[in-house]
Amino acid sequence: MNSVTTLNLKKETENNDKTTLGFWIYLMTDLVMFGVLFATYTVLRGNTFGGPMDRNVFNLPFALSETLILLTSSFTCGLAILALQQKNKIQVILWFSLTFILGITFLILELSEFSKLISEGNSWQRSGFLSAYFTLVGTHGLHITAGLIWMIICLFKIWKEGLTSSLSRKLTLLSLFWHFLDIVWIFIFTIVYLMSGI
Amino acid sequence: MNWKSFIIGQLTWADLPHQWFTIGGTGAIFTMLGAAAVFLTITKRWRWLWKNWLTSTDPKKIGVMYLIMAFLMFVRGGLDALMLFSQQVLTVGPGVLGAKHGYLDANHFQQIFTAHGDIMVFFVTMGFLFGLINLIVPLQIGARDLAFPFLNSLGFWLYVAGAILINMFFVLGGEFAATGWLAVAPLSELQFQPGTGVNYWIWSLQISGLGTLIGGINFVVTILKMRAPGMSLMRMPMFTWTSLMSMLLVISIFPILAMTIALLTVDRYLGMHFFTLNNAGNQMMYWNLIWMWGHPEVYVLIIPAFGIYSEVVSTFAQKKVFGYPSLVAAAGLITLLSFTVWLHHFFTMGAGADVNAFFGIMTMYIGIPTGVQIVNWLLTMFRGRIRYYSPIYWFFGFISTFTFGGMAGMLMALPPVDFQIHNSLFLVAHFHTMIVGGALFGIFAGITYWFPKITGFKLDEKLGKYVFWTWLVGFFASFVPLYILGMMGATRRMDHYSPSTGWQYLFLVSLIGALIIVVAVILQVVQLIVSIKNRRQLRDTTGDPWNGRSLEWSTPSPIPFYNFPVIPQVHSRDAYWEMKKQKNKSPIIYEDIVLPKNTAMGIYLAAFLFLFGLAMVWQATLFAIIGLTGAIICMIKRTFDENTEYVLPASEVEKLDKQYRLTV
Repeated sequence: MNSVTTLNLKKETENNDKTTLGFWIYLMTDLVMFGVLFATYTVLRGNTFGGPMDRNVFNLPFALSETLILLTSSFTCGLAILALQQKNKIQVILWFSLTFILGITFLILELSEFSKLISEGNSWQRSGFLSAYFTLVGTHGLHITAGLIWMIICLFKIWKEGLTSSLSRKLTLLSLFWHFLDIVWIFIFTIVYLMSGI
Repeated sequence: MNWKSFIIGQLTWADLPHQWFTIGGTGAIFTMLGAAAVFLTITKRWRWLWKNWLTSTDPKKIGVMYLIMAFLMFVRGGLDALMLFSQQVLTVGPGVLGAKHGYLDANHFQQIFTAHGDIMVFFVTMGFLFGLINLIVPLQIGARDLAFPFLNSLGFWLYVAGAILINMFFVLGGEFAATGWLAVAPLSELQFQPGTGVNYWIWSLQISGLGTLIGGINFVVTILKMRAPGMSLMRMPMFTWTSLMSMLLVISIFPILAMTIALLTVDRYLGMHFFTLNNAGNQMMYWNLIWMWGHPEVYVLIIPAFGIYSEVVSTFAQKKVFGYPSLVAAAGLITLLSFTVWLHHFFTMGAGADVNAFFGIMTMYIGIPTGVQIVNWLLTMFRGRIRYYSPIYWFFGFISTFTFGGMAGMLMALPPVDFQIHNSLFLVAHFHTMIVGGALFGIFAGITYWFPKITGFKLDEKLGKYVFWTWLVGFFASFVPLYILGMMGATRRMDHYSPSTGWQYLFLVSLIGALIIVVAVILQVVQLIVSIKNRRQLRDTTGDPWNGRSLEWSTPSPIPFYNFPVIPQVHSRDAYWEMKKQKNKSPIIYEDIVLPKNTAMGIYLAAFLFLFGLAMVWQATLFAIIGLTGAIICMIKRTFDENTEYVLPASEVEKLDKQYRLTV
């Protein structure tokens, strides 16, 4: 019996190792996808077809507030992982809930920006530039949504089952994913919003 | 709200099969399915099929399923090729079957060459390669399974879902994309292709591409993390090395394909303007993006074949492979350089002399590492004792065709020359030489070489040589005329031409060549059947029929499901060769083995995604929602399933292993 448990333990560390590497590789492939979107955005930035240009439609202070909210959510996500390492269930739930709330706030802000653009007649159908903008930022938003769904499921599981080892692994990967989205957003903020001011 | 379109989208009665080819296709599909169902029912094998094969997470079984599926698709793509050639021969005569020239109208002809290209690249060559990699790589690195057995099963089923979807148009809709295999924009936009053909293209490739990407991640992690103790990177067999490089390419480029297809999708479905002609889309961006994926993709196909040739040459010349580090370096260099040449697919775009010169020179650079590899293989044979079995015949065939096609490639790498032969049949002949003579011959060599390991008996040797010669003759007969035609100005994708050009007899030679290939494929099937019949005489009792060098030959044939009773310790390159030389065997100490359980979740998930894809083709919102939700629920369920492995106790391993050794 004892040998079986050590075997399982050994296998589990191996599996953790493989999953983490696999997840990193997945993140890199996702980064290539964003790379394609950044490239298309840069190519199509000037293709406004008589419609609005980037400096006419983006509101920098608004984008900055979105950025700060997302960065803060990354910070709280980090605190949640620290709490996870200390096996503090209440704190894990608390920090992840806060991350969730910040994430959903970010998403709502992003959607309100979208709906404002659409109501002004500047939807993605207007020009190549707006197509590229909506797709780039929208894809990031879709990722955030997926992260939020993942987070709510994990929160539910922690609440029910406590901090099991497999849940800990999932939460660690989730935090990797969340930080990754943060980094992508920094690039979006730079290339889409800051560069519109130049 | 319009309920009918919410549920079934744009589907109407008129979309059910009514042309001769859709009725024929549907009939063929259902006859085959019916025959398979009857066979399974009579022999009472449904349960066996489901439990032992379809739900398996064993890479060996998934590999065999890949090979079978790829072969079926090969027949399908081959029929397309025959139709293309016969149209080009018959086009000089009067039109029949409602066509103006020949027997296929222009639009139908376009759909056929599109389907032929996609099927041969995505579902045949990729399928065969993934099959072989699944079968052999875990054995070569001394592993029992892959890093993520479930994802492997899922990847396979996504590939199957894509393959079914690309053939679905026979049953529903009756048209495929008429755009060429890469669905180049703006031709593939709604403005020019309003039907569902391009939608089928989009969802089929998107779903199977996802499977490929998952497979790529899986194999990279497997090769990097699961090698037997002592097997450093520079001790890996060449096939494992080249598979690793190919899979590194897959994970770098398939995201580009996924995103490019996604951009085309939002153009078509949401009215965006990435590649449209109006509202300031940029069509040439599509070309850049698709070839940034497309050119490395060619190397995804060919690099593992290089690995197979390395294994075959060194085994049958009975020497270690010449210049192992330089072979690895050359393969690595090809992998890197493949990212820097995509623009040579459209020198005529007008990027300017400097850009064209850069990409032309980079393209010629690729010839250097490729040449290094060829010299390495030739020097491996030099002063070796070559045994003339059919796998090495394929290698000889490859060397001649590949150098031949490579020269043509070098010619086209020169932008001024390319302006003359761009999009001509010369190009078509070139890439067929590379993919058929390079990748496909390698796959055949690999299948013949590893067949005894997979099944426990060899393929019939004499028929194998017949197969090789028919293939080689058929291949040259069919593609050399295309080089000549291309030089004479015949463009690719041409459904008719004026009789005054005098091209017909060359097309006729090509058609005859294609028919010889048909004979070769029939011979391959005969070879398989004869070998199965004579399996007692052809039986491989040693587990090492070719006096092999790498770890896969250290196991009994067919391989037990746990691969290795004890994970081997590796001390050098050609690990098994060294083991054979050292006579003193250390006593075997058996250990408990953890193995993945079978799971049907891969099938369910792929089925839901298939439903999603099919519904999206027809914009049937309800079914699309069902498909996507189902897929997400399956994924979540699987993620939280903790009970995915089982332990095979040491005593059981010992018993099974002794049994194997007794029968051997």
